[in-house]
Amino acid sequence: MPTLNAEAITMLEGLARNLRGDSLRLIARRGAGHPGGALSAAEIMAVLYFHTLRLDPTRPDWEERDRFILSKGHASAVLYAALARRGFFSFAELERWGEIDCPHQGHPDRLKTPGVDMSSGLLGHGIAVGAGLALAARLKNLRYRTYVLLGDGEIQGGIIWEGAMTAAKYRLSNLTAILDYNNVQLDGPVFEVMPLEPLADKWRACGWYVIEINGHAVREIAEALDSVTQIHDRPTIVIAHTTKGKGVSFMEDRSQWHGNVPNAAQLAQALAELGEVNHD
Amino acid sequence: MTELSMREAYGQALAAYGALNPRVVALDVDTSASTLSSFFAARFPGRFFNIGIAEPCMVDVAAGLALGGFVPFINGFASILSLRALEQIRSCLCYARTNVKIAASYAGISDFKDGATHYSISDLANLRALPGMTVIVPADAAEAAAWVPLVAELEGPVYLRISRAATLPVYEPGTALEIGKGRLLRPGSDLTLVATGAMVGRCALAAEQLAAAGIDARLLEIHTLKPLDRELLLNAATETGALVTAEEHNIIGGLGSAVAELLAETRPTPIERIGIRDRFCPTGCDLDTLMDACGLSIAEIVSAAQHVLRRKHPHTP
Repeated sequence: MPTLNAEAITMLEGLARNLRGDSLRLIARRGAGHPGGALSAAEIMAVLYFHTLRLDPTRPDWEERDRFILSKGHASAVLYAALARRGFFSFAELERWGEIDCPHQGHPDRLKTPGVDMSSGLLGHGIAVGAGLALAARLKNLRYRTYVLLGDGEIQGGIIWEGAMTAAKYRLSNLTAILDYNNVQLDGPVFEVMPLEPLADKWRACGWYVIEINGHAVREIAEALDSVTQIHDRPTIVIAHTTKGKGVSFMEDRSQWHGNVPNAAQLAQALAELGEVNHD
Repeated sequence: MTELSMREAYGQALAAYGALNPRVVALDVDTSASTLSSFFAARFPGRFFNIGIAEPCMVDVAAGLALGGFVPFINGFASILSLRALEQIRSCLCYARTNVKIAASYAGISDFKDGATHYSISDLANLRALPGMTVIVPADAAEAAAWVPLVAELEGPVYLRISRAATLPVYEPGTALEIGKGRLLRPGSDLTLVATGAMVGRCALAAEQLAAAGIDARLLEIHTLKPLDRELLLNAATETGALVTAEEHNIIGGLGSAVAELLAETRPTPIERIGIRDRFCPTGCDLDTLMDACGLSIAEIVSAAQHVLRRKHPHTP
């Protein structure tokens, strides 16, 4: 298993910090968006877009590219930031996010934003759509892999488990789910709204291989995602334990920041805490 | 009735077309013995996926297969697909514009033994209201078979409404079919019968009864509810001045609504609508009797034609 060197770790940690700053700036500028679940997924997105996914920003339709579905589509800010930093489009374009004729929608739209493999927004579609993409790869003998980022509240919905059974039935080892398990959803703590535990057992019972990690440790994320290629008989879920609003003291673990927009003073404080420059 | 059922003709056609087009895959939800996607499954087991009783999941898996370059035909009961899986159809097929074909079987009240839970009388309304969806209702078995290649080769999501039953035959195999272009089945100048699906054959019989009474009824088959053949309908409105629509569907939101919307905005014309009068229909012993009991009888069509003619000529005794 390839191990990340210290330089790569530092690079990915820096990118995660950048993605947090980008997400907050984008959300503040648009006056809309979902900061909590964007910040919790920053390391996951940094590792995916700068370590794991085989992509070519000059060919967003490259047939053999790895596929990524942001099933928790409301975290679009961190996806747009990652795509921009990966070179699919410029940050200048993102400044117009939310305007009527802007290519970037509130939630990801595969027809409008280069690099978005599947439109999302209403929760629950990622596993089943991902299973279809993984089946297609198998039928075509293509080596691309499909990655799906799930929210924790999202998996309260039944279609997630319908998709999980389907992926297990067809032994889709080329499908990997990552759960951003930040334990906070819109109405409060996940364990109060609708408990998920024992969660790893549920996925194992559905026929999935389960890896549990600290979702803010880039080395753990990278090693987990590297290791899934060694699993040949079933899909894998990486349960990434994270903190909602990670990195910003007044947002951490607070359901109020699921879909709230920071004002100018809050943005300045958040960027200062992150060590990010305030461009605005 | 000894005619081939629409579902069997569809199932055989899908299997036959599968041999010609390797991009076609099929999915079902534990109903392949009913929808008769089983013909495809038997011939192409590696391209057939049984998802279990999980229609929303089947829609999403098909969307993924379409993103991967395939042309999935998803098979299931129209009632569940058009209701339980409607969000998946809206989000992952229409909004995401994926190339998935919905073969919605047991449509209308054709599953006469199972009753209201299994009937789909709002599917045309639901599907017609989704941007980007093409909605096709074959009139008989031969026509359903003829649609398979055309539907497969249209880029984008399509809803193909399949009856469980054999309907009255009206389509001559080999006759030209075009998505979005209705068919003139009988010329006429007094009024126009506009029918879809199983009601096309019934309207053909109604037209004969009307002819015997001296009324010259035109008959149009509108197989494509969306996009609607505006030109054919508007010409009929202009030339005959009165219309009767007929569909095996709720009176709300289907063919009658589509035609009424067009006429009201463009060329107000007297219109009567034959359909199920916004109620849950009972189970029946056979489909013909059930259709008669649900407001879809030939006598109802004839009566509506006579009524619309009185509205067309209000001062005639």
